[in-house]
Amino acid sequence: MFQHDRLNNEITLFQKIKNLDYILLISVILLSVISVFVMYSTDGGEILFHTKNHFVKLAVFFPLMIFVALFNIKFWHNFSYIIYLIVILLLVWVSFFGIKSSGSQRWMDVYFFVLQPSELMKIAIIMCLAKYYHRLKIENVNSFTSITIVLSIILIPTIFVVSQPDLGTSILIALSGLIILWLGGVKIKYFIYSFITFLISLPFIISFLKPYQKLRILTFLDPDRDPLGAGYQIIQSKIAIGSGGLGGKGFLKGTQSYLDFLPEKHTDFIFTLFSEEFGFIGSVGLLILYSIIIFRIIRIGSISRSNFSRLFCFGYAFAIFIYIVVNLSMVLGLLPIVGSPLPIMSYGGSSMLATMIGFGIVLSAKINHKQIIA
Amino acid sequence: MIKSNSGIRKTDVINRRMFIIGAAKVVVFAGIVARLFSLQINENKKYLTLSDKNRIREWKLPPTRGNIVDYFGNVIAGNLKVYQLHIIPEQVENFNYLLVRLKNLLNLTDKKIARINKLKAELKPWDSIIVSENLSWSQFVKINNYLYDLVGVKPVMTISRNYPFNDVYTHVLGYVSQPNEQEILANQIIQERFVPGMKIGKLGLEKRLENYLIGTNAIQRYEVNAYGKRINQLEHQKGQQGSKIRLTVDTEIQKACGELLSEKAGSISVMDIYTGDIIAMYSSPSYDPNLFLFGISQDEWQLIRNNPLKPLINKTLSGLYSPGSTIKPIVALSALENNVIDTKFKVKCTGKTELYGQTFHCWKEKGHGWVSLKNAMKQSCDTYFYEVARLLGVDRLNITAEKFGLGKKVLGEYFDNEKKGLFPNTKWKKNSLGKGWVLGETLITGIGQGYIQSTPLQLCLMTAQIANGGYAIKPKIIVDSNPISYEDAKQSMESGLLFDSNSNSLLDKKLYKDKKNIKIVQEAMFSSTNERFGTSYKSRIDDPKYQFAGKTGTAQVKRISKRERELDLKLEQIPYKDRDHALYVAYGPYINPRYALSIIIEHGGSGSKAAAPLAKELFKLIIDRHELRNKQSNFERITI
Repeated sequence: MFQHDRLNNEITLFQKIKNLDYILLISVILLSVISVFVMYSTDGGEILFHTKNHFVKLAVFFPLMIFVALFNIKFWHNFSYIIYLIVILLLVWVSFFGIKSSGSQRWMDVYFFVLQPSELMKIAIIMCLAKYYHRLKIENVNSFTSITIVLSIILIPTIFVVSQPDLGTSILIALSGLIILWLGGVKIKYFIYSFITFLISLPFIISFLKPYQKLRILTFLDPDRDPLGAGYQIIQSKIAIGSGGLGGKGFLKGTQSYLDFLPEKHTDFIFTLFSEEFGFIGSVGLLILYSIIIFRIIRIGSISRSNFSRLFCFGYAFAIFIYIVVNLSMVLGLLPIVGSPLPIMSYGGSSMLATMIGFGIVLSAKINHKQIIA
Repeated sequence: MIKSNSGIRKTDVINRRMFIIGAAKVVVFAGIVARLFSLQINENKKYLTLSDKNRIREWKLPPTRGNIVDYFGNVIAGNLKVYQLHIIPEQVENFNYLLVRLKNLLNLTDKKIARINKLKAELKPWDSIIVSENLSWSQFVKINNYLYDLVGVKPVMTISRNYPFNDVYTHVLGYVSQPNEQEILANQIIQERFVPGMKIGKLGLEKRLENYLIGTNAIQRYEVNAYGKRINQLEHQKGQQGSKIRLTVDTEIQKACGELLSEKAGSISVMDIYTGDIIAMYSSPSYDPNLFLFGISQDEWQLIRNNPLKPLINKTLSGLYSPGSTIKPIVALSALENNVIDTKFKVKCTGKTELYGQTFHCWKEKGHGWVSLKNAMKQSCDTYFYEVARLLGVDRLNITAEKFGLGKKVLGEYFDNEKKGLFPNTKWKKNSLGKGWVLGETLITGIGQGYIQSTPLQLCLMTAQIANGGYAIKPKIIVDSNPISYEDAKQSMESGLLFDSNSNSLLDKKLYKDKKNIKIVQEAMFSSTNERFGTSYKSRIDDPKYQFAGKTGTAQVKRISKRERELDLKLEQIPYKDRDHALYVAYGPYINPRYALSIIIEHGGSGSKAAAPLAKELFKLIIDRHELRNKQSNFERITI
């Protein structure tokens, strides 16, 4: 057992690169290429601001992903708590000194790049909880102390992000955290009880929502109540997707997008444009690509010998899944509009940075899947 | 060992829980695919339509109005290319500089500049502002010369209504102008086709025939972006010009009427005595309808409105006058028809007659002596007609007068400002005034004074129906789809029947009991114009080609006091408002008559001096145009 450990530690750079998961890697590259083309379309078929920046970010963050992957998974395990604490500190900093924009305070200027720490928290919380459950004895999973600790780990960043305000990201952070609790073995009845409690207290929660958030829920329930105001985005989005049909209107031919009917087409509504231009076939193809990525991550988790790797991969796979589901449900009119980007596809540096770091850790887990973490 | 066991147990838990999640994921993804399928495959058509509705916007252009032409096909209401100047604010580099430049080039007023600035604030930056609706050619050339310096300015050519004969046809055609809200809402067709800048008929035939003249919109389809900005032009659908309307009027005669009446208030109507075609219908003074096209200026409007000769009133149709002596042919005819008098019947005129202590004067103070019908008509002896009216009674007179068109609308529904006039009888007075008829009123009715009120066109119709031998005609101003030639009309009349184009059948339109009586009246009218001592003898034409018969009339505007009668003032000495209206009705040529006319000069003095001379000039022209009119038999079939 000792020998095994030692062997792993002596793994060469060449072996590391050889051990990368190439199916995952190719899928991510493919997704990146598609995203650049879609971004090119949002710019009206020209290489403008969004296309350039998106490409530059990919060019920086993709190597970063490989760089992250080259660190031993043990390293990431060891630093998980510290990373979590650093991101918490960033959130605190942002809540005091962050850049304000359109009514919320979520960003910080890190010289060459505007960082949104709440996006990083999506990864940090998975790492932190994965490490916690990795170290926690199975007997103590449902103890009062451990439940209190993990709930605190989830609640602290969630509260910070909600108060920015950024409901969408905070929900995604909370869900990413809760999935580790689930995987870690917290009793199913607890989940059921808290879900019922949540449903009962829902009216109470709604009364705490900001007026614009209430409006979003009302709009979701009936988009036609204010077709030019609050309902505009969702109506236009459905028109774009619906008019795409089976094969789409063709690359660069999405009238809804290039005539500016689509709001937020670079970010949250990027799928709408894609779906308008590439139709049902393209959309399903994109979903399959995402499914392959999710499946590969789950597979890497299931061959990992350490529970940290396993929990992180499963958790991260679920997180990616939930990002996609929330984003698509939103643009398809199945959920109220909450700001949530589509991984890799949407324009936005922090989201891409977090996603790429996530992939990097998954790849690190793949390279070191035989690694046992004490 | 325990630790390792625990580790394996933990792994099992994780894997089991992962499996549950995995299954859930598949279900959720399947749900999303199902949603995609329903939107993109099942409801594709619906959303495609919505997407097209989003991006394609139609711009309706103002329809082109149909032309109105006279009998000879001359356009009297047409369309003209006009040059306009538009500014597209988003293309302008320096708006204030541009305004200063335009102000100098076009002499714009400060008020106009303020309005442009206001429009700029209200409109979207790509919506064009109309700076000038109607540039003159020299202005247009000037603008084009400086175009390099006027960034964002667009000279535009568009189509506008135009009345080439200016004021000649104003009271017939009316004019077009911007509609107000009620006018748009009142007419379904206007509502459908309305676009800003479109003009509709406000008056006259332009208003009455709006639905025929209006035309359909040309439609331009553009692809627009979410903000309404035009991106591409997709297709252009041509509009259809409104129907062409042909009138029965003759521009040459109409123009001559206008010239004869210049500087005067009054009206001339000319009618074909067989077909009922209105050859001319001029109310003076008139005004230029072209002024209304681009919004009349306040000054010009006040000038028209405050003109004491009242140009806004269509005197031919809504001017109500006492017919004066022009009623005498009808009084004579009625008396003959009712066997009250015959040609030998004589009355001694001493200049006045007394009835129940009231004195009724003849216009000739010394009296006419013994007069027969012919002489009474010729010299317009009032005493004779007092006596005839007394014998006849107002009710019998009323029946004849109404048969010949008095007290009824002549053109019916075509002009909503047409007045009915009034021919009184005993019943009417009882019903509307609540008083019994007084015999004295019969006497003054006999010379066309008192309650009796008629429009110039009614008098024209009355004369026409005497001239054609006593047959009813239906006056018209529009050449309809079933035109009847004058020969056919005349022939059917002389056989005692008239072809009715509406029912497509021959109807008995005889207005007389005995044809001989009409002849007597015609001869009396002839002598009035063509024999010595006739009231319009000075205005006669001896050439049989142009010779006409007529009857003068002088309608008192106010009661003449005893003092005034003794003073016997000259026309110039009487205040304008108190002067008599001068009237004249006539038809010609006397042999084979064809046309009837009526002339009224408001406050013109006596009919023989002011009105009859105009007829002399007019008849020459009318008869000279007769051949041309006959040749113009290639009736265009226009369905109205």
